[in-house]
Amino acid sequence: MECITHTWHWAISGFLIGMIMLTLNYFGKVFGMSSNLRSLCSMTGIGKKVSFFDWDWKSQRWNLVVVLGAMIGGYVAVHFLSHTSNVSLNPKTIEQLTSMGIDSPNGKLLPDTLFGNEIFHSAKMIFILIIGGILIGFGSRYAGGCTSGHAISGMSNLQLPSLKAVIGFFIGGLVMAHFILPLIF
Amino acid sequence: MNLIKYLIIGFVFGIVLTKAEAVSWYRIYEMFQFQSFHMYGIIMTAIATGLIGVQIIKRNKLKDIDGNLICIQDKEKGNARYWIGGTLFGLGWAMVGACPGPIFILLGSGFLSVGLILIGAVFGTFLYGVFKDKLPH
Repeated sequence: MECITHTWHWAISGFLIGMIMLTLNYFGKVFGMSSNLRSLCSMTGIGKKVSFFDWDWKSQRWNLVVVLGAMIGGYVAVHFLSHTSNVSLNPKTIEQLTSMGIDSPNGKLLPDTLFGNEIFHSAKMIFILIIGGILIGFGSRYAGGCTSGHAISGMSNLQLPSLKAVIGFFIGGLVMAHFILPLIF
Repeated sequence: MNLIKYLIIGFVFGIVLTKAEAVSWYRIYEMFQFQSFHMYGIIMTAIATGLIGVQIIKRNKLKDIDGNLICIQDKEKGNARYWIGGTLFGLGWAMVGACPGPIFILLGSGFLSVGLILIGAVFGTFLYGVFKDKLPH
């Protein structure tokens, strides 16, 4: 049981993610999570006004089912397969986080500073989460994919556009983590 | 039913990403600080596994579950959309430490505040749909 509740080794995790992508290929589908955001928009009927959302999203219903399964999987993993040793970070990272006023993991996946229920009383934190979300939604659709669609599916298929997108992901991520986050906190 | 297999795949995906801690804000922060190999190891192993699998599929002209040749479409050619869109996505990814898959997984796990990220992400997707024709691709 311990080997399940402890942090899974990167090699095992990466292999399983690759296999999930290949299994979807075997089902005649392509692995990509952000297109579900487009489906969610289209489900509201906005396609009548904005043509980008006027498409056959029902053909992507399978992907929404993958999402539903992932949500259940996440629930099971967090509530039944977790351990206090989880998320053991580099001590240097913890030191850095503490100096920014962000609580260190102690077995948690997310810091309370950003995700605890108290943040609903903080306009600043609500703003940060929503702006972050907008960047993710806008950026992934503009780039035509996210980590799953470009970094995993696209790179495995040796797609040059995906390489450009992934380099972009890292340019943005490094700028945020090194220059902007320290200004916010 | 036909959709059950997708539910199972999703279920496994949710467990793997959570146990790999790829859904953790901390892990993403640590990755962008170059202070751990963990996330790089996951991404590179996933790509290596996928690469080998895709090569096997292509070279042997494997068929999918319905008997059709497996054909993975190439991504559209372009520059601006990948560089600019990718960079914007990266800013968001490092800011809130979640990409689209983990947003759903964390929400399912009961982290209500992640719902705010989802609202933002759906709205961001909507904004792209509205401004699509005015953007360079």
